[in-house]
Amino acid sequence: MGGLLTETFIASLLFGAVTVGIPLLLAGLGEQISEKAGVLNIGIEGMMLMGAYGGFVAAYYSESFWLGFLAGGVSGMAVAALMVLFCVLLGMNQIVIGIALTIGAEGLTALLHHFQFSRSYPRLSEVPTLDIAGLSDIPVIGPALFERHPLVYLAIVLVVAIAWLFRRSHIGLNLQAAGDHPAALDAAGIDVKLTRSLAVLATGLLAGIGGAFMADVGAGLFVPFMTHGAGFIAIVLAMLARGKPLWVLLGAALFGASLALTTALQVAGLNIPTDIVQMLPFAMVIVVLVLFARHSYLPPALGLPYHRGER
Amino acid sequence: MIFSTLRVVVPIVLALVAGGLILLALGKDPLAYYDFVVQRGLLSWSGLQQTIIRSAPLLLIAAGLIVAFRAGIWNLGVDGQFLLAAVASAALAPLLIAALPSWLTIVICCAVSVLVAMSWSLVPAFLKTQYGLNEIITTLMMTFLGISFANVLIKLPFNDPDNTVPQTMTLPVADRLGRLFDTTIHGGIIIALVAVLITHFVMTRTAFGLRLQIVGANPRAAKHAGLNVGRLTYATFALSAGLAGLGGAVEILGVWGTMRADWNPAYGLLVVPLVFLARFNGIAVIALTLFFAILMIGGESASRRLGVPNFYVLVLVALLLIFLALVEYLDHLSRRRKKA
Repeated sequence: MGGLLTETFIASLLFGAVTVGIPLLLAGLGEQISEKAGVLNIGIEGMMLMGAYGGFVAAYYSESFWLGFLAGGVSGMAVAALMVLFCVLLGMNQIVIGIALTIGAEGLTALLHHFQFSRSYPRLSEVPTLDIAGLSDIPVIGPALFERHPLVYLAIVLVVAIAWLFRRSHIGLNLQAAGDHPAALDAAGIDVKLTRSLAVLATGLLAGIGGAFMADVGAGLFVPFMTHGAGFIAIVLAMLARGKPLWVLLGAALFGASLALTTALQVAGLNIPTDIVQMLPFAMVIVVLVLFARHSYLPPALGLPYHRGER
Repeated sequence: MIFSTLRVVVPIVLALVAGGLILLALGKDPLAYYDFVVQRGLLSWSGLQQTIIRSAPLLLIAAGLIVAFRAGIWNLGVDGQFLLAAVASAALAPLLIAALPSWLTIVICCAVSVLVAMSWSLVPAFLKTQYGLNEIITTLMMTFLGISFANVLIKLPFNDPDNTVPQTMTLPVADRLGRLFDTTIHGGIIIALVAVLITHFVMTRTAFGLRLQIVGANPRAAKHAGLNVGRLTYATFALSAGLAGLGGAVEILGVWGTMRADWNPAYGLLVVPLVFLARFNGIAVIALTLFFAILMIGGESASRRLGVPNFYVLVLVALLLIFLALVEYLDHLSRRRKKA
């Protein structure tokens, strides 16, 4: 146990927490936007997975991480567009469609990967980083937090931006009304379906970029089913954050750390079976839910389609 | 009758056509694929037997989902419940068989598996009744937890030391669930069919089933009607998980006799669309499960011979769900228009 608190262990835990936490953060923020507007987005796992595949393929062929993230975002949005069509515009069951999109993305990405790469799993080149002058020289914390791909810093900035958007802007107010009391928003002359559509598309964009980050930066390759429940964890994060982006950040860091523990323990030379460590994040979700469930909040109109004039 | 049959057949046909177009885009001949699937899954004797064997766990999971969905509970954690129940049977059966006759071993294993699956569903049931927490998320989380937990159990306490691959000890073939006549089909299919029929009867023809359906249709009204919604919710979770758990037991005691680490057939989410397509009707579920088992067995054969990986079945399931929802939606529209 002596090696547990060494510098290498803490450094690899922090580094891993950021790597794993960023996709959770992006997807969690995305889910928060959807939920705020009244759309329960079970399909987010599928959006992340499609983003991971699109992001990987684009980065692999273009050798540009930025193009990879762009493609990932677009792929996530493509899945989200289906969600918009079926659930927001036509008002079909959000849960059935959400499951369908997740299963469909699982099958489709695995199929596409098979036909494109057969059984090989090519890797991307090393991740380019942007060192923040001064801070990146701090031991342990520096390499983990301040020598990362610029998208990491952007994601943090995004937390503040979305928090501002929710609290201070008309857009945030409209989103909230679409989830809390869609009829009131409609009466105020704002298109509920349009508001919700844009919210779901934004979710797809963020979840897709999150998936792309997972494949391109986190793993450096694409493996079928690689999101392994990250999208569902993002839903839990959004649920417990009660509409506050800062809490999503905190949750993502916490779950990121618990997911990163596997590799960190191995680096520290401690050999706990990976299966036990893999249980950790999900066990934590359950424990957190048991302890804090009464504090979770979901908007009243969540999951219900809006049709003008219907009660 | 014709209309309701159409509502089942149209989504299936649309999904097969749309899936075929995807195959075409990937450079495969969809007609050859479907032809191969039917040949291998239905028209060859060994394929047909495998199809029927595969139907047993699918039917039991479907029965569990019928209970849950009729009671308005989204138990999407059947995979975790199925797996842990399978571990229980796989670990217990080789030990019991040393002291007990095989029929008693099988009965005890099934009972323990059902109890294990039931207790795995306690947490989501508690969170739902106590805090009104959405069970979709909690049951899914319990499945991810259960997949890893099953592996831990197989690799550590229940590992067979005489085997290099991590797996439980093996139940001898002679002591597994009895075969039917001269076939390779084990008796699990009978258990499954009986379970589905009983489930259907209980849900549609008894006071208890009606109570569950009232809770499903409108929990608030159920409360005002004096029903103990909390207790009924626990009952729903327990029955639903128990049936899925029985599926796990039957698969181990009938087919494998042992459980390997990382074995996770993940039938649960694949059965969901079938149950929807059948409109929670047990009789319709039987027909649809058979159809789906043909697709799975034929598809597994096709993945080896035609180079179309079995992931294609996932795509088909997703398409099926989407077209199902679409048909439902159009139906809803036309009915509303008729009213107006």
